[in-house]
Amino acid sequence: MNKQGVFSLEGDRSKYPQPGADGKPEIDLSSHKYMKMWQGPNHPGITGNMSVELTVCADEVVEAKTHVGYLHRGFEKLMERRKYIQNFPLVCRIAVPEPDYNELNYATAIEKLTGIEVPEKGLWLRTLVAEMARLQGYLMWLGGMAGAVGFGTVGQWSNYLRDLILDRFEELTGARIYHIYILPGGVRNDLPEGFADRMEANLKEIEGFMKDINRVLFNNYVYKKRTVGIGYIDPAWIYPYGIVGPNARAAGSKNDVRKDSPYVKYPELDFGVNTATDSDIYTRSVLRYNELLTDVDLIRQILSKMPKEGDFIAKLPNMMNLTIPAGETYVRSECTRGEYGYYMVSDGSGYPRRVNVRGPSYTHAVALLEKMLVNANIADVAQIMVSLHTYPPEIER
Amino acid sequence: MFDHVISELKNLFSAGEISGTEARLRFVTLPQNQAVKAVKYLNEKQGYRHLVLLTAVDYIEQGQFQLTYLLHNPENRTDIGVRVLIDRENATMESAHTLWPTIATYQRELREMFGIQFPGSPGVDDDFILEGWRGLPPYRRDFDTKAFAESFFPQREGRGTNDPAAFMKEKLYPNE
Repeated sequence: MNKQGVFSLEGDRSKYPQPGADGKPEIDLSSHKYMKMWQGPNHPGITGNMSVELTVCADEVVEAKTHVGYLHRGFEKLMERRKYIQNFPLVCRIAVPEPDYNELNYATAIEKLTGIEVPEKGLWLRTLVAEMARLQGYLMWLGGMAGAVGFGTVGQWSNYLRDLILDRFEELTGARIYHIYILPGGVRNDLPEGFADRMEANLKEIEGFMKDINRVLFNNYVYKKRTVGIGYIDPAWIYPYGIVGPNARAAGSKNDVRKDSPYVKYPELDFGVNTATDSDIYTRSVLRYNELLTDVDLIRQILSKMPKEGDFIAKLPNMMNLTIPAGETYVRSECTRGEYGYYMVSDGSGYPRRVNVRGPSYTHAVALLEKMLVNANIADVAQIMVSLHTYPPEIER
Repeated sequence: MFDHVISELKNLFSAGEISGTEARLRFVTLPQNQAVKAVKYLNEKQGYRHLVLLTAVDYIEQGQFQLTYLLHNPENRTDIGVRVLIDRENATMESAHTLWPTIATYQRELREMFGIQFPGSPGVDDDFILEGWRGLPPYRRDFDTKAFAESFFPQREGRGTNDPAAFMKEKLYPNE
């Protein structure tokens, strides 16, 4: 059912100033009818280091403006004065909770421009790491989403579950957050002894908790009251506003990079694309919950289909001497928020001429969020933001 | 897969160099005065509806910026990167915000980071990431990050750094 016809999502804007030529309403703050409010940067309902400047009339948002710049470190610029291999500690920091897609895209872009081939086992291990990153990313988001509407206990459960996956990351890569596991030509390590059994125990525990979370959160009257029919994304906005991933799939899109532009070992895995049509906060959260369960299944498939033997990284010369022929390429992968891409330009030297990172939050947290918050109630701002699942570092790379 | 679109871009918009060896990705160079028209044509007539990104590459040696509009066709799963070379001095490009509202964010960032002007783009002169920045746009090649860091931040005593190339050769590849 399309919620737009049921709930008054557009509101009555005739009582507010009309947008001028630049699209912004001229608001007279001295009239005392309006007030400026800042959601963030220090606010429990904000998604990381960013803030939203709200102009409100009573408890209704009249205008919203996203502010970023609180953690700009200039990654793209810094990459230009480092050799290709030296950039791995930088790229993983561009999306803090999910560094692996940065490593994967960056390494794949180098491989495409140089013609380096990745061994079979290396591709399987990359697929495993990508799905583990997705699983822990969704678990972290679930905690944030539940917390935004006051379900702190669910947040504690999901963070505990995420910690289990971080244990497996630590075992496989030596690090919990910034793994630097994927390198040009493959990955750094093979699976440790007994890894699959320990992962299976974790997956069973996650599945058990998910049944509880389904009952406690998604079948809860309060959660439904705070999320159903709120934060609607019109399917017509998908391309004009660059909406990708679960935010687009909850509005009826079937786009998923894993299916549309297959990479690593996804063509050999059996999975479907989760879609929905209601496109409100509730629909997006249930869709992510279903994707989380799909990830659990995918990790099992990967561990059972992965070859036991074989090289996991190609034999390569000193990577400090790597030069890449002049050229440019674009590499994309599907992260928890949608299409994550790297545009790399080489001028034939040992340093990248330009690397540009395309993160889903760049469109979701700026143009889309500013549009969605107009007419929202102040109390709904936090869950609308969290339902878009945005990471500020990928806006200000 | 690209033959028809590329020949149309050549006929209608005087497309120049074509590059790209991957099956589903091509880069096409277009004259500055034709680029936004070509992007509009690709969006509205050829199904390249998804704006993946808009970014700039600084070719300071040639005195030019390269703007890249990367477009994706969700039906046939192909990408076209439209390259435009613009003069680095007084860099100005036509705004494409009427095609995708979200491109205004990319143009705002390019104005701030590279100093490229997009007249008419909504909010393009508002600070985006670098609030209060008044110096050389920092993503230009002639902006020296190391010199900026050394002049802006105090150096801590007792810290040493190794030359990465010499250090890696000594530790990892002593025989090469």
